[in-house]
Amino acid sequence: MTGRAALIAIIVVAAAASLPLVLSSYQVGLATEVLIFGILAMSIDILAGFAGRTSLGHGAIFGVSTYVVVYATAQAGLPPAAAFAAGVLAATLVAMIFGLLAVRTSGSYFLLLTLALGMIVWGICLRWTQITGGENGIRGDVRPAALLNNNSFYWTVLAGTAIVTFAVWRFVRSPFGLTLRGIRDSESRMRSLGYNVPLHLFIGFTASGFFAGIAGALYAMFNNFVSPSTVALAQSVEGVLMMVAGGVGTLFGAFVGAAAIIALENVVSTYTERWQMVLGVTFIVIMIFAPEGIIGKLNAILMRKTR
Amino acid sequence: MNRRQFLKTTTAALAVTGAGSWRGAHAQDAPIKIGLLAPLTGVVASGGKEMVEGVQFYLEQVNSQIAGRKVELVIEDDASNPDTALQKARRLVEQSNCHMLIGDLLANTGLAVANYVKGTGTPYFIPIIAADDLTQRARIRNVIRVAGYTASEFTHPLGDWALKQGYKRIATISQDYTFGHEQCGGLAQVLTEGGGEIVQQFWHPLNTADFSPYLGQLADLKVDAIFAMETGADSTRLIQQYASFGLKKTPLLMAMNGTDQSVIRTLGEECEGIISPAHFAEGSDNPVTAKFVKDYEAKYGKIPSLYGFSMYSGMMWIDAAVKKIGGKVEDRDAFIDSVLTTELVDSPLGKTVKFDAYGNPIYDVYIRKVVKRADGKFWNVPIQTYPNVSQFWKYDPETYLKQPPYSRTFQGIKKA
Repeated sequence: MTGRAALIAIIVVAAAASLPLVLSSYQVGLATEVLIFGILAMSIDILAGFAGRTSLGHGAIFGVSTYVVVYATAQAGLPPAAAFAAGVLAATLVAMIFGLLAVRTSGSYFLLLTLALGMIVWGICLRWTQITGGENGIRGDVRPAALLNNNSFYWTVLAGTAIVTFAVWRFVRSPFGLTLRGIRDSESRMRSLGYNVPLHLFIGFTASGFFAGIAGALYAMFNNFVSPSTVALAQSVEGVLMMVAGGVGTLFGAFVGAAAIIALENVVSTYTERWQMVLGVTFIVIMIFAPEGIIGKLNAILMRKTR
Repeated sequence: MNRRQFLKTTTAALAVTGAGSWRGAHAQDAPIKIGLLAPLTGVVASGGKEMVEGVQFYLEQVNSQIAGRKVELVIEDDASNPDTALQKARRLVEQSNCHMLIGDLLANTGLAVANYVKGTGTPYFIPIIAADDLTQRARIRNVIRVAGYTASEFTHPLGDWALKQGYKRIATISQDYTFGHEQCGGLAQVLTEGGGEIVQQFWHPLNTADFSPYLGQLADLKVDAIFAMETGADSTRLIQQYASFGLKKTPLLMAMNGTDQSVIRTLGEECEGIISPAHFAEGSDNPVTAKFVKDYEAKYGKIPSLYGFSMYSGMMWIDAAVKKIGGKVEDRDAFIDSVLTTELVDSPLGKTVKFDAYGNPIYDVYIRKVVKRADGKFWNVPIQTYPNVSQFWKYDPETYLKQPPYSRTFQGIKKA
């Protein structure tokens, strides 16, 4: 990390940390949600931006973690830390299964396969009533008592997000991350260079699932509640949209995209219940005028200026 | 500190203290803020619209005034989705500073919000959410079922009624989720304990387009009657296909939502004769009910559904309770106590309703039959009344609560 990048990171985190001083308690809740969904979108970006494979199954991986954390605290009575670990572990395992099946495909086949796997998870959550509570979902006091206050929970999530973001940033810049980019750019060349492409993709998928699992576990603590809508396709799609809106392959764009979509959803829905239509139009506009996403566009503008 | 700076800070300080004292003096005059959560989009959007109508219909009649205070209604769309419901509830409580919440239709949205208000202490009223355990095994003090009912409350008497008709062998078909499990369980328990038999139970996913696989099997069972628990579009389809399969010679019993106006409004002869239990029957000849139905029809051009009726009565209940404490809804404890001890005197039911010790209303339950009105529209007319039915039917609450909640695996069926 260069000095300049570190400085920017510190400024961004400090600015984010001071948000609760100016925002209302409800808005702090929204900011927390932005961070959580930002992590989810970032985990999708690991695959989409760096390995060239867009997953429509990450909402399910995310949701499995949420389910496990809520179940472990509310039904099995585990302490929050253990439940958190169990959730992340479960998500990682699910990601491994998804990875095993999906890494040999690419393009729309990869998209469809992850979509189908996600639907299976959704179906299980919906029908396995004894464990998942079916349509009603499960509730419990998941969030530890010390974090009940909106602000303290926000700061905790922010700290977690900073660590996760740094880890992801290191991950995609590591020699291993470079091999993923190699696979994205030319799978056959990587293979002829002697790399085990499926293995690398499998590890990439598992790591991405691990990060999605962290987001899911945080979401469990945020909502104290989980139902099949958390693992539904809409969740995966939302994650992908956030990533695309922010900018594919930019990592930090995930947070910008999450903030943009959550803010839009909340502002527009006070005026009309057709906010999804507005979201759709906005999305089309972004795709036409800034296909590289918000952060991608900003980057391009900055580059042009410095030149 | 220069002069300008000084002026700025003093004005600010004055403004703050001034505003503070003004607020203190006028707290009573500030409006009562009621947050209404209703699914205006998503699978049950039509029901959600009728919920809003019910609330607005009531507020219009009282000129948007309760106990001398203006009422400000903040409506949020829960999108038939528990995550959205939770977020909107947060907004109503934390951003709009609502004194109370009312509404939600789907049990999962209501349960999510109930879990949230458990932490904030905001009074939350649920005239529609029927999940048994909210007034049974998992009670939350500030979640109150004004003018609502538990899912199994009405199917208990239906089981008894079926036995008296000589319907000994019954098969059930139901949507596969808690609301269905609980309604079927109520019927199954009373029926089997009275010597009847549940021949078979079918559970199908929500939004089933084609019922023929189930109807074919049902026809082969040769039962005395069939009980169906369906909501919304599923109910419409089941009733139509039931008739077109020629099953109408087997009596069809349904849950109250199955023959609700929101469903049979669009149906013809095929819904005639279906039996269902409920506390409200739009075809009742009770003058108070008849007047409510007439007024509602005049205003909205349709016979009121259970959704509109329940929200209307729920608002009436809250109104009565707020009046008793002189409009001081800010005192939550006193407010909740007041609601729990209030008896709803002049609801459209035409009789007094009060809570049992568990915060669930006790009703006179009608066994209703769908008949054709003079103008060709269909409605539910009471054919028999079970007075004073509580959520525990004739069971002792303590013993009843020891059995597990009704689920797909526990239907309270007594082993022969």
